[in-house]
Amino acid sequence: MAYKIINSQCTACAACEPECPNNAIREKDGTFIIKPEKCTECIGYFDDPQCVAVCPVENTCVIDNSVPRYQAAV
Amino acid sequence: MEPTSESSNAGAQKNLPLEQLMQKVAEHKGCGTSGAGGKASCGSSAGQGDLAPEIWEKVKNHPCYSEEAHHHYARMHVAVAPACNIQCNYCNRKYDCANESRPGVVSEKLTPEQAAKKVLAVASTIPQMTVLGIAGPGDPLANPQKTFKTFELIAKAAPDIKLCLSTNGLALPDHVDTIKSFNVDHVTITINMIDPEVGQHIYPWIFWKHKRVTGKDAARILTERQLEGLEMLTAAGILCKVNSVMIPGINDRHLVEVNKAVKSRGAFLHNIMPLISAPEHGTVFGLNGQRGPSAQELKALQDSCEGEMNMMRHCRQCRADAVGLLGEDRSAEFTTEKIMQMDVQYDAEGRKAYQQQVEQERQATVAAKEAELADLMSEFSDIKVLIAVATKGHGRINEHFGHAQEFQIYEVGTAGSKFVGHRRVDLYCQGGYGEEDTLPTVIRAINDCVAVFVAKIGGCPKDSLKAAGIDPVDQYAHEFIEQSAVRYFKEYLAKVKSGEIVHVARGDADIRQGAYIAA
Repeated sequence: MAYKIINSQCTACAACEPECPNNAIREKDGTFIIKPEKCTECIGYFDDPQCVAVCPVENTCVIDNSVPRYQAAV
Repeated sequence: MEPTSESSNAGAQKNLPLEQLMQKVAEHKGCGTSGAGGKASCGSSAGQGDLAPEIWEKVKNHPCYSEEAHHHYARMHVAVAPACNIQCNYCNRKYDCANESRPGVVSEKLTPEQAAKKVLAVASTIPQMTVLGIAGPGDPLANPQKTFKTFELIAKAAPDIKLCLSTNGLALPDHVDTIKSFNVDHVTITINMIDPEVGQHIYPWIFWKHKRVTGKDAARILTERQLEGLEMLTAAGILCKVNSVMIPGINDRHLVEVNKAVKSRGAFLHNIMPLISAPEHGTVFGLNGQRGPSAQELKALQDSCEGEMNMMRHCRQCRADAVGLLGEDRSAEFTTEKIMQMDVQYDAEGRKAYQQQVEQERQATVAAKEAELADLMSEFSDIKVLIAVATKGHGRINEHFGHAQEFQIYEVGTAGSKFVGHRRVDLYCQGGYGEEDTLPTVIRAINDCVAVFVAKIGGCPKDSLKAAGIDPVDQYAHEFIEQSAVRYFKEYLAKVKSGEIVHVARGDADIRQGAYIAA
């Protein structure tokens, strides 16, 4: 799985963009999106997913169930 | 975002009731009515007052720092800093409603390049625009690249414009050197508490070292960083103002401690602002029914801190994209779409000439007040009155009662007059006729005043004001505010002495919720 941003909740404040260790977040059409293939859920980098921790609106950066679970390299 | 009514109750128990605070203020003699020495009471926030000459030189043309300058000079904010690193219970970043704006919301965000173009466009249109601030809508120092790129571009294109920024302070210690290198000589830190016990009820979380920190830990880190940042600014010779939001039952009593703490660390001005809180803002405080202070509660707290240091009372809690004199917002004239079409010629000489003219006007205002005060000095009385004034700026009574979006409040006694605040009102007169139901709102907003000075007023509102015990005065139309206030007070005192009128204490007044909107 990766994280995704609920479009209608996003204030486009861009706080998440520089915090992402994978450069997986970018602006698109006035809000922000996470590239699922780049997202590692911050595993291997931080204890908490950074986009979730910094986002000012609750339940906006959430697990995207439509993509497979991220597998950390062993 | 959990802390709700529970936290405000805890705060209420911890703090002394406001009545006690107000009692303490009434006993406070620092603002004495002695009036000797020709100095306005309370160190006159209008002029140089107690400020050192080198500080006065830096702030005298800055509308957000000098009460007197705010009548004459304009500021603008550019919204280049959307991200924030903390969450406050009085802030909700989700909405930007056209009819309800407050700090933290903007209509559009700008890139540094767009911001620079906007500054030049505004400076060319409004020659009294002397100050460019970055205040958000998030925290400027949580967006350091965007903030400093904007400063760099503006310093190059319009070197005469003063740069300032406003921050929550969490990231401040990391950036003081950069701030100094860009010649930013004014910084505002919002400090609402110095005690994590209090802070936990104001800040649900901070983003710190890649973690979301909550509760007292969050508040402890925040206050340590804020005070460290303040000390570093002072050491670097950068002027620092402290903003505090007064939240009744949570930090109202505590702000006296905050005032002492920031003064001892070198802050030169303290701005205590009322909480803006309404359910439609969607903030934690708005939704849990946390109220803001009344006008007299706010004034009492400001008065109690005034013996300690200079207090700022003219803050309009403007938006992070505001443009114009404080109290007006011309941001709608300068949308990105409009400025990108403008052919901007930056006229540095023209701006200088205009500002010299403003300077003469400003000196005339002060001279007129001084002259009027001269023969009041021989009088002694404990009576002080508040007067509401309808003005468009320039220190004159030049606004129609029905067109006023705010009233400026002056306190007058035998020691002189001083500006003590402003009250927002709904537009009473819309489309050329008075709307009956908005008049009570206006009266509630200036209910603690004995008189209201206007350039013009209709017969009907005149009668309602008289019935409410407020004297509608249009005889000083287009004259200087403070000179007229002193003149009125002399007559008032004479009437009290002769027994023509009886001086009675006025009641409290309402502070209207919500910041200025673009008209």
